Amino acid sequence: MSTNLEPTGTSEIRYLQPIAIDSSVNKKYCRFKKYGIKHIDYKDPEYLLRFVNEQGKILPRRLTGTSLKYQRKLAQAIKRARHLSLMPYVADNLK
Amino acid sequence: MRSLNTLNIRAIEPEFFISLHPFKGTFLMNQYETVFILNPVLSDDQIRETVDKYTSSIKAAGGSIINVERWGLRKLAYPIDKKKSGFYNLVEFTAPSTVIASLELDMKRDERVLRFLTVVLDQHGVAYAAKRRDKVKNA
Repeated sequence: MSTNLEPTGTSEIRYLQPIAIDSSVNKKYCRFKKYGIKHIDYKDPEYLLRFVNEQGKILPRRLTGTSLKYQRKLAQAIKRARHLSLMPYVADNLK
Repeated sequence: MRSLNTLNIRAIEPEFFISLHPFKGTFLMNQYETVFILNPVLSDDQIRETVDKYTSSIKAAGGSIINVERWGLRKLAYPIDKKKSGFYNLVEFTAPSTVIASLELDMKRDERVLRFLTVVLDQHGVAYAAKRRDKVKNA
């Protein structure tokens, strides 16, 4: 068995170290908390569009990182914007 | 039975309990904003007249107008009453809470109004509205 080893032996040592792949993921944060946004405006559909998928559905908190407090306000704002026809209830290609 | 009795007293004078501030004895004024969409086929004069009608009715009921904004003709995100665009208006005002019900009833009955939404502003909302007004004025 030892006869087939590479003479230098470097290959074995290489794999004892973890391979340097950048596996760090940017931690999600609540942008309302971070930037101190206390009031979410339903009259600004361009801003609300960030929190909606291309079908016009409200994105879940687990994807956007929004805190529960502001997710509730956000959902309320998006629903108000929909009522005023500033945003669609159903869409096909929003983005 | 005593609790029932107190309930009845409240039922007799609901206005009193709603409109008077419990400590100061003054009218409880809230800040509201109403966005409403008018029929796009109306002429400029008719639009102005309709907006005036609502602002004057708010004033007559003891409220005061803070700001009136005309966003103009906008495309709707989905058709309402088979119309694809509408004339958006925003009215910011302070008023006792009793005004809102009659204002909304008027709008509901008005065929020129396609859609409306009245929102009470909390303290953050009031601060945001003031900031937004400055921005719009300077822009």
